[in-house]
Amino acid sequence: MTRDLKFFQAINEATDLCLARDPSVYLMGLHVPADPKGVFGTVLGLSKKYGPERVMDMPTSENGMTGVAIGSALVGMRPIMVHQRIEFALLAVEQIINQAANWHYMFGGQAAMPLVIRMIIGRGWGQGPQHSQSLQALFAHVPGLKVVMPATPHDAKGLLIAAVEDNNPVIYLEHRWLHNVFGPVPEGRYTVPIGKARTARKGMDVTIVATSYMVLESLRAADLLARDGIEAEVVDVRSLRPLDKVQIFESIRKTGRLVVVDGAWRSLGFAAEVLALAAEQIYGILKAPPARVTFPDLPSPSTPALAQHFYPRAVHVVNGVRTMMGLPEVTEEQLGIQHETPLDVPDKAFTGPF
Amino acid sequence: MASVALRDLYLRMVRIRLVEEKIAELYPEQQMRCPVHLSVGQEAVAVGACAALEPEDYAVSTHRSHAHYLAKGGNLKAMLAELYGRVTGCCGGKGGSMHLIDRSVGFLGAVPIVGSTIPIGVGVAFGTILRKEHHVTIVFLGDGATEEGVFHEAVNFAVLKRLPVVFVCENNFFSVYSALDVRQPPLRDIHVLARGYGLDSHLGDGNDVEVVYAMTNVAVEKARAGGGPTFLEFKTYRWREHCGPHYDNHVGYRSEQEFEEWKARCPITSLKQRLLQRGQATQQDLNGIEAGLAEEVEAAVAFAKASPFPEPELLQDHLYAP
Ligand SMILES: Cc1ncc(C[n+]2csc(CCOP(=O)(O)OP(=O)(O)O)c2C)c(N)n1
Repeated sequence: MTRDLKFFQAINEATDLCLARDPSVYLMGLHVPADPKGVFGTVLGLSKKYGPERVMDMPTSENGMTGVAIGSALVGMRPIMVHQRIEFALLAVEQIINQAANWHYMFGGQAAMPLVIRMIIGRGWGQGPQHSQSLQALFAHVPGLKVVMPATPHDAKGLLIAAVEDNNPVIYLEHRWLHNVFGPVPEGRYTVPIGKARTARKGMDVTIVATSYMVLESLRAADLLARDGIEAEVVDVRSLRPLDKVQIFESIRKTGRLVVVDGAWRSLGFAAEVLALAAEQIYGILKAPPARVTFPDLPSPSTPALAQHFYPRAVHVVNGVRTMMGLPEVTEEQLGIQHETPLDVPDKAFTGPF
Repeated sequence: MASVALRDLYLRMVRIRLVEEKIAELYPEQQMRCPVHLSVGQEAVAVGACAALEPEDYAVSTHRSHAHYLAKGGNLKAMLAELYGRVTGCCGGKGGSMHLIDRSVGFLGAVPIVGSTIPIGVGVAFGTILRKEHHVTIVFLGDGATEEGVFHEAVNFAVLKRLPVVFVCENNFFSVYSALDVRQPPLRDIHVLARGYGLDSHLGDGNDVEVVYAMTNVAVEKARAGGGPTFLEFKTYRWREHCGPHYDNHVGYRSEQEFEEWKARCPITSLKQRLLQRGQATQQDLNGIEAGLAEEVEAAVAFAKASPFPEPELLQDHLYAP
């Protein structure tokens, strides 16, 4: 049976299933379970069901507690750790990158590292440069880590279950603006394989490779482009590492055009990587120079006056494609886009402060 | 008590309270489009501690920094404009409420990553020593921040180098929704833990501005005389929600009764009673002060609201220093 759930409910359900199926799974994070809002709803009810030993709060000690999670994994536990902001996990970069990522390799395969670290990325309003960074490239750069970024409730559930069942450290990145997105989610256990992309929309004219929340903006852009007869194929990569090059290349071979849309910085990032791969491996297929739609290489500003020029949205994707096709850029007005909510909130329900 | 009159301390606390209550009142208008962490109820720590500093002394702070910024002499208009995202804000709108700075009064920065300004404050003190300056630095931190590794690393270094730094820990018992008992073992006070690093470490009533001021004075004087760092733990209480303008006792992470008990110990009301009892002020006098402060706050809000937003070109500015 499949019903419509919100993204946060899908995460909650996945966690619930994993806790129920396997006694070695436990969940740990600041304000888990103390947060009455349940970490954006994702952990609501779980502590009541499984008790404070399996669904637990922790000291304000990200690095230390990541090491604790790693140690427990070495003796057979399967921890899920959650950070309300990716920035908080930066305090644990030593444990994540030096230790978790390398452990299996450097000890010659003698230890598995079944660890999941959930990190929330993206913006609320005015979160400023230390609460809205999207650092997928930082983690995806590191061999030994797996990095997934679901964009739909279906994938949020399936990828989380796959991550928990995986014997490697998986960084699970969820965008703040996806938590309230609705979509079909099957009941029961299923997995979405880590390392497999998804065609979110079929098209012949251009391939848009997108990550996380930017998949939604890309689909909006594809609808707008279709009005002018341009059929965009949108590839939701779902996993940054390992990356599904096969499917990405297949799509580019079909369309001959590539735009990468990533909610993160431009230089040395995911978008740069996909362009580099295309240049290296399917050189000659492209009918036009490939393009990137990303954040500018700047810290994210707090004020809405600057934030609206920082975060790209559908119109920027449309123009990325149009420019590539030799068409003039268009404005939101010309596209008939009217914003019913201010640009710094995901939906009407959001009234701050976090 | 030394140089600062009690009446002044009262005035400074009332000013901060009025500012924060005004923020809480206006926040639902949704024009301040950034998170706000209010310290209503905690004013005595900020005011008492900063009153022991000279203008050339330094302070660094956390996400809950409005009171620290104002107590150190920070520009109110620039702070409110920052919350409103305006170009006249203390960071030109780029930082928002969680990033306050006013270098002209030695307030060197506040950031929301828990613990991150602790070593930075220690580094400020280290820098003053290297430069043979005689400033003292206050590092404001919460109880939650003492759980970060960086706190322990920084305190160790401060002791090692006998740095002129005063750690002022506001223990309000919570790290967001998580009470102390899920984060720290019982029967071990934070100031006792800190003492283990080999520095003077004391506990004081964070709702009594006279106590905070007196204890900080001792620590500051010692630091200035080359006596090294001090750790001060002040127990106090945040009245409103962790982040945002509302009261949130109903959500269940703390009891109404606990809240009421602390509210009855309001640092401002109790000081007012003392001032009146001791004849250091009259009710009329205080009413006059409060009216003046309320006007100042209104004017600052009006300034913030009337200020322009930054122009789009400013997005590019300040990535690198020239
Ligand atoms: C490294 C890090 N982890 C988690 C958070 C989320 N967070 C924001 S404020 C806060 C509470 C910290 O508590 P405390 O230091 O006692 O300060 P208080 O809010 O009580 O003033 C937490 C955990 C953060 N900002 N930074």
